Amino acid sequence: MIISDQELSQNVVPATATRRKSWRDSVGVLSLKTPAISALFIWSIIPLLMTIWFSFRRYNLMAPDRTGFDGLGNYRYLLTDPSLALAIWNTVLLVGSVLAITIGLGTLLAVLFDQEFFGRGIARLLVLAPFFIMPTVSALVWKNMLMNPDNGFLAFTMRSVGLKPINWFGVAPLTAVIIIVAWQWLPFAVLTLLTAVQSLDGERKEAARMDGAGPIAMFRYIIWPHLGRAIAATTMIESIFFLAIFAEIYVTTSGGPGFASTNLSFLIYRYALMEYDVGGASVAGLVAIVLANILALFLMRSFARNLDA
Amino acid sequence: MATVQLKQVRKSYDGFEVIKGVDLTIRDQELTVFVGPSGCGKSTLLRLIAGLEEITSGDLLIDHQRANDVAPAKRGLAIVFQSYALYPHMNVADNMSFSLKLAGIPKPERDKKVMEAARILNLETFLDRKPKALSGGQRQRVAIGRAIVRDPKVFLFDEPLSNLDAALRVRMRLELTKLHRQLRATMIYVTHDQVEAMTMADRIVVLQAGIIEQVGSPMDLYRYPRNIFVAGFIGSPKMNFMEASIAQVLQGGSVVVALANGATLSVPAVDGMAGAGDKVTVGIRPEHISLASSDGISAQVQTVEHLGSESYLHLNIASGELLTVRINGETTVVPDQQVQLKMEPRSLHLFNKEGSTMRSLPTSTA
Ligand SMILES: Nc1ncnc2c1ncn2[C@@H]1O[C@H](COP(=O)(O)OP(=O)(O)O)[C@@H](O)[C@H]1O
Ligand SMILES: [Mg+2]
Repeated sequence: MIISDQELSQNVVPATATRRKSWRDSVGVLSLKTPAISALFIWSIIPLLMTIWFSFRRYNLMAPDRTGFDGLGNYRYLLTDPSLALAIWNTVLLVGSVLAITIGLGTLLAVLFDQEFFGRGIARLLVLAPFFIMPTVSALVWKNMLMNPDNGFLAFTMRSVGLKPINWFGVAPLTAVIIIVAWQWLPFAVLTLLTAVQSLDGERKEAARMDGAGPIAMFRYIIWPHLGRAIAATTMIESIFFLAIFAEIYVTTSGGPGFASTNLSFLIYRYALMEYDVGGASVAGLVAIVLANILALFLMRSFARNLDA
Repeated sequence: MATVQLKQVRKSYDGFEVIKGVDLTIRDQELTVFVGPSGCGKSTLLRLIAGLEEITSGDLLIDHQRANDVAPAKRGLAIVFQSYALYPHMNVADNMSFSLKLAGIPKPERDKKVMEAARILNLETFLDRKPKALSGGQRQRVAIGRAIVRDPKVFLFDEPLSNLDAALRVRMRLELTKLHRQLRATMIYVTHDQVEAMTMADRIVVLQAGIIEQVGSPMDLYRYPRNIFVAGFIGSPKMNFMEASIAQVLQGGSVVVALANGATLSVPAVDGMAGAGDKVTVGIRPEHISLASSDGISAQVQTVEHLGSESYLHLNIASGELLTVRINGETTVVPDQQVQLKMEPRSLHLFNKEGSTMRSLPTSTA
């Protein structure tokens, strides 16, 4: 079969065509864009500059008389504080675990909910329900009704099968927070991934079936690669929220015992509003920004390939 | 060697019958085309053969073995979809070798088969490209290549050319018939386009509303359509139909029919069931009507279409019916002109009230 590549070359737009825009056009467009860009710039850059400014100052609300430039004093204090390392580790653990649980379980549920089965509509509704509950409310429900070691539902179940109930917030506080956040965010992952699974072309699945793909090969070679983009997007969106988790910790463990369930955003809160150290809190805030950027870079790197697929 | 037999095959969706009892034999090495209007069940029939849909009742035999309950991948068939259904994250070579990989065939052998298919389809230089970097025609060929490497008993095509532009479609049509000769493979090809069916098929299966209307070679269907539906569906422009009644039954099996405008035509070789006074429909193809200088059926020209190599006249006959006449080359006829039409008796088709042909069919068409 001989077919020339003429059909292919017809699709290629000459690169020069796009360059022919005159400078007049660019100036006109720029002047229209300026208000939006400056508003965004002010919005994001001023808080950052203020944080950097405060991080170099002696600024404790409990000692209003001791102000002034402090050089790297705040930095020295915070970076040698063992709680910072712990908070960073907790943050990474929290973000990583919840991502793994929601994406992993979310993919599984998405593939399951794509199948026809009796009561699928109701099952879908139920799996989505946790997302509509406010974080504070769900944390309270988990704390008082599910994970309470005396009269919680989990304790009751464990006792009824003869096991010793776990004091979740005392023994495994971070795990408890991870479970609560994962429960809240699983619906989001299911929703985005189910949409992606359903957007898979039916004929493509049939072609794979004709090619001899069973359920496992179908998942591995057809569904999973197709989900790459959706998983990347879900991971990024979730990471942004998980880095800033606060309410769930505040309601359940208050970061304790000790610093066992304190993440960076809770550490900032502890500095700023429990110790009234604005300078220290600013440094912690900058650390959080750096961490977020490292995470973003890492995600971009690992998903960049998928995103242009 | 590969044959496919369908015996009283039926398919219903939620009690709604879509395939209504199909009996059909697909012969070895033939290119069989399923043709019919959109929604008539062509794709469903193909998918039943492929195993992508379950047969509600009846038997499917592939090489004389009952295959109703054989998994799609185990039937030894390959299907080329209208959307190509390529795997977007795999390059061309991986797309083609996917089935071999799943079957556990070692890499050297896989590569050999892919190269062989790529050579046949002229895809050698595209093997590491992803599908999105290919044109429509190239994607189409990859989809065909994916079928070829499996060396299937039967190739199944579901409207494979519908997504291509007209010029490329004509070219791919030729390429596919060439490929069929080259591979000496059994192929089933689904299309709604009767031109594709006529040009490509060894045998055509005309379907309507889940029923086979007629099976035969392209020229059999053209010459001896079994009923009005097939007569109207095969051939372009469409066959002309005129209401008429039988005026006289002659000896030797001919009849004389009277058209609504009073003109009479004699039709030879009609089966014995005709009786004087019966309402019938006379059919004649546009290419079998010619202009006479006198003594024909008179008609008034409405529009003239010039295509250069041929011209179409759209005419009104006195009864108000519209006829199309095809004329070779150019014509000097102009709209509103009165003309006389001559119809070859041998080219006339006669259909009874139920729409079945009243002319005796040659026995070879079955
Ligand atoms: N999965 C399905 N569920 C219900 N009805 C279907 C399904 N697939 C096809 N049909 C119906 O079967 C009929 C034939 O469809 P199809 O075989 O796709 O026609 P076509 O001849 O255009 O390929 C149509 O009326 C269509 O609505
Ligand atoms: Mg179809």
